[in-house]
Amino acid sequence: MIALTEAPIDDAALRRAVETPAAGAVVVFHGTVREQTRDRRVLFLEYEAYPAMALAQLRRLADEVRAAHGLTGLACVHRLGRLELGEAAVVLAVSSPHRQAALDAVGDFIARLKRDVPIWKKEHFEGGAVWVGTPSDPQGERGGPTSP
Amino acid sequence: MRIQVLYFASAREAAGVGAEAIDVPEGARVGALRALLGGRHPRLAAAWPTTRFAVGERFAADDDPLETGAVVALIPPVSGG
Repeated sequence: MIALTEAPIDDAALRRAVETPAAGAVVVFHGTVREQTRDRRVLFLEYEAYPAMALAQLRRLADEVRAAHGLTGLACVHRLGRLELGEAAVVLAVSSPHRQAALDAVGDFIARLKRDVPIWKKEHFEGGAVWVGTPSDPQGERGGPTSP
Repeated sequence: MRIQVLYFASAREAAGVGAEAIDVPEGARVGALRALLGGRHPRLAAAWPTTRFAVGERFAADDDPLETGAVVALIPPVSGG
């Protein structure tokens, strides 16, 4: 399951999508909207995508990460539109025969998502708004809810 | 030849439009389109160092060819997750 949605993400459905008797580990990762980005107090986020390409890129990533880590399942849903603090912007579920592959795959997939999937977030904070990672972003931060 | 150009996020705000049809010379490549768009939307040109192009929903290099009816998207720094 690979999807974009404007509704809250059903993480239980993602978990079910990767469950299989062959799996010895299921990892479900939630990337959530945090209040503080460095010294800026975030009010809410707005996500936008190039939907056709974002889905195509997510499917390519899913195929590559599944193969690279020998996963038995991978499902990912990304939110679009306005998100409030604490909400999940992305949920990724993976399953594998042994835990290390699943844990590694989560980090790998999210890192590549943040680099190569055309989804953008606009941070609305007290006193303004900025597209994260652009030259006009005074903090110059490329991260966000799921950055380290 | 006519192609379709899509602008997203900060690129859309810089261009002041979400999509437009653009006429480029026959045989033009992505780099030529980049130069043409920079002249048309000067605010976009300021972000060229961090703007990627996609053709047909795949990232493209400046020397990749364009075809009539191609859908080209400007991809400013992505920030999903």
